[in-house]
Amino acid sequence: MTAVGSVTLACPAPLDASDRVQLGHGSGGKMSAALLRQRFLPALANDALAQLGDGAVVNVAGVEVVVSTDTFVVSPLEFPGGDIGSLAVHGTLNDVAMMGARPVCLTAGFVLEEGLPLDILDRIVRSMADAARLAGVPVVAGDTKVVERGKADGLYINTTGIGAADARFRPAPERARAGDVVIVSGAIGRHGMAIMATREGLAFETTITSDSACLVGLVERLRMARVDVHVLRDPTRGGVASALNEIAAASGVGVEIDETVLPVPDDVRAACEVLGLDPIYVANEGILLAFVPAGDAERVLAALRSHPLGAGALQIGRVITRHPGVVALRTSLGGTRIVDLLPGDQLPRIC
Amino acid sequence: MKYLTEYRDATIALPLIERIKRTATRPWTLMEVCGGQTHTIVRQGLDELLEGAIEMIHGPGCPVCVTPLEQIDKALMLAARPEVIFTSFGDMLRVPGSDCDLQQVRARGGNVRVVYSPLDALEIARRNPDREVVFFAVGFETTAPANAMAVWRARELGVPNFTVLVSHVTVPPAISAIMQSPDNRVQGFLAAGHVCAVMGWTEYEPLAKRYRVPIVVTGFEPLDILEGMLMAVQQLEAGRHIVENQYVRSVRREGTPAARMRVEEVFELADRKWRGIGEIPMSGLRLRPEFAAFDAELKFGLGDVHVNEPAECHAGEVLTGKLKPPRCPAFGTRCTPERPLGALMVSAEGACAAYYHLAKYRGSGDSAAAGAVS
Repeated sequence: MTAVGSVTLACPAPLDASDRVQLGHGSGGKMSAALLRQRFLPALANDALAQLGDGAVVNVAGVEVVVSTDTFVVSPLEFPGGDIGSLAVHGTLNDVAMMGARPVCLTAGFVLEEGLPLDILDRIVRSMADAARLAGVPVVAGDTKVVERGKADGLYINTTGIGAADARFRPAPERARAGDVVIVSGAIGRHGMAIMATREGLAFETTITSDSACLVGLVERLRMARVDVHVLRDPTRGGVASALNEIAAASGVGVEIDETVLPVPDDVRAACEVLGLDPIYVANEGILLAFVPAGDAERVLAALRSHPLGAGALQIGRVITRHPGVVALRTSLGGTRIVDLLPGDQLPRIC
Repeated sequence: MKYLTEYRDATIALPLIERIKRTATRPWTLMEVCGGQTHTIVRQGLDELLEGAIEMIHGPGCPVCVTPLEQIDKALMLAARPEVIFTSFGDMLRVPGSDCDLQQVRARGGNVRVVYSPLDALEIARRNPDREVVFFAVGFETTAPANAMAVWRARELGVPNFTVLVSHVTVPPAISAIMQSPDNRVQGFLAAGHVCAVMGWTEYEPLAKRYRVPIVVTGFEPLDILEGMLMAVQQLEAGRHIVENQYVRSVRREGTPAARMRVEEVFELADRKWRGIGEIPMSGLRLRPEFAAFDAELKFGLGDVHVNEPAECHAGEVLTGKLKPPRCPAFGTRCTPERPLGALMVSAEGACAAYYHLAKYRGSGDSAAAGAVS
């Protein structure tokens, strides 16, 4: 202990490790990574799972296919720019596409809460069907369970996507290399802020809409550009910051991004300012990050911009050899700050 | 957004940084009192850009950091009660109490909700008349008016199931405590603009005079902070020590009388303990006796909570600029952002967390980082 005048300085004892699942375990940050590393991987270990990509490449009777699964628990079920049904299609198809594969089919599992109005269920299933039809990927199998009132938040959906792997187009998180540039296909932070703005208790009005969209067509443009895309990632939960951290860690490289070019829409920035949130940690559902050799950057940008979802594509950073595993952000004033994985959920600040 | 971008314009900021460097004939040590200003300084890398000219000490103006362990433990007790809906600003949820935090209480079944305003908490109370709704009223003079308003409205509307757990602190006594410290290093203060927007700056004038220290009322955008730094450095170089106002677009000398009046109507000054610093006389606010019905401590009979705070963490020394975080024996080992010993490691913008990230960037846990950021 130390004294400041008559004042005594002290600080508290360490916390005991928590023995319960917390919301932060689902944040996409360090708590999520620890849960995966400590609880799931040791028990379920196999080569395909160890890839830790958006999905796994598995060999089915001599044919390589990509499998990816995701569970959607968004609240509210319907939000500006989308709903849980279309989101469940987009999210999983996007994960398959980020593996460089062409999605072939989807399965859908529903957990319905007793009391859910059937007209809401109808709307969500129709939205799901429309999204699958637009993507040209049928839902070929499904399952439904109903749980007692109070045991689910209306409706949860799990979707699994199967895709045909492409041996010539195989982006992966561990393939980032020094000299690569980092490209983002569009504006960041829209999905997360649209959800937050419509949730109970938020005391301001906004017109922010989710960016929820199927990225399969956009990835096709990249495939047609015949560029060796090293990494593709859709920065969903945990946002751009978490996705870049995962890539930096998987590839053992440093990533530097430039704040002045980050495409944050004014309404997203304003909402983040009000809530004390950082848009680079906010979820997206309709953009991708691409790591490509610097010499191919212009071709990749042209390919992305040729598709409506990639019209705003631009380079936001680069890969370096310095500070491996770390993502740094060059601020608009020329300073540097570290963009780390958050321990848990991003929490709004008081001041 | 034009309003914000105007105050983040690099073409103005960079010459301002050069001007500060030219003006400072020697390195000066300034303290930004407020956590919001710390946030901007760290986010924009201003400390890095001014290395060698100004050393910034991140002061005790973060309500998350200074809320005492006793109050956190009381919050945890209340949040664990089955009849209680416990409401709080978001960043209090990860602050460690004696044996857990509010997130862990929530995981164990406590009804803990994040709100963005105490009036939202009051609304939850109105919608849930069969539950007791408690709001964790923390913060400085900035959050006090809204918290006072919530209590005042609760009485006006007759909401019997709404109470507040008060842990308010005020800035001027903290400035006194820091300046009275025998090994104080602070040579000038950037005072928090939003605190002064409420309270004005008349209370700061005797402090500047008594301690012969410049105090500049400063806003929160990068250009505000750089201007505030320049004004403080100009005073230091000229041997002056007065209160100046950089934040003229928001702050008047007398503050906002209506907000002050509401605060004074609901709260009164009281001795208050600061986490990491200790008790500072008359440095806090508590509910006046006529609002006792809305005092969660009285309603739930919490009484005195005894806590033991071992000297494992040195947050107080960091908050007063005596210890660089990497020099703390627990830094980066027994104290990390995932497992914080103290509140300074909780927020990504806390002083200890800022160093933790910088050390990772520089590939060092100690000396390389120690000289670069304050």
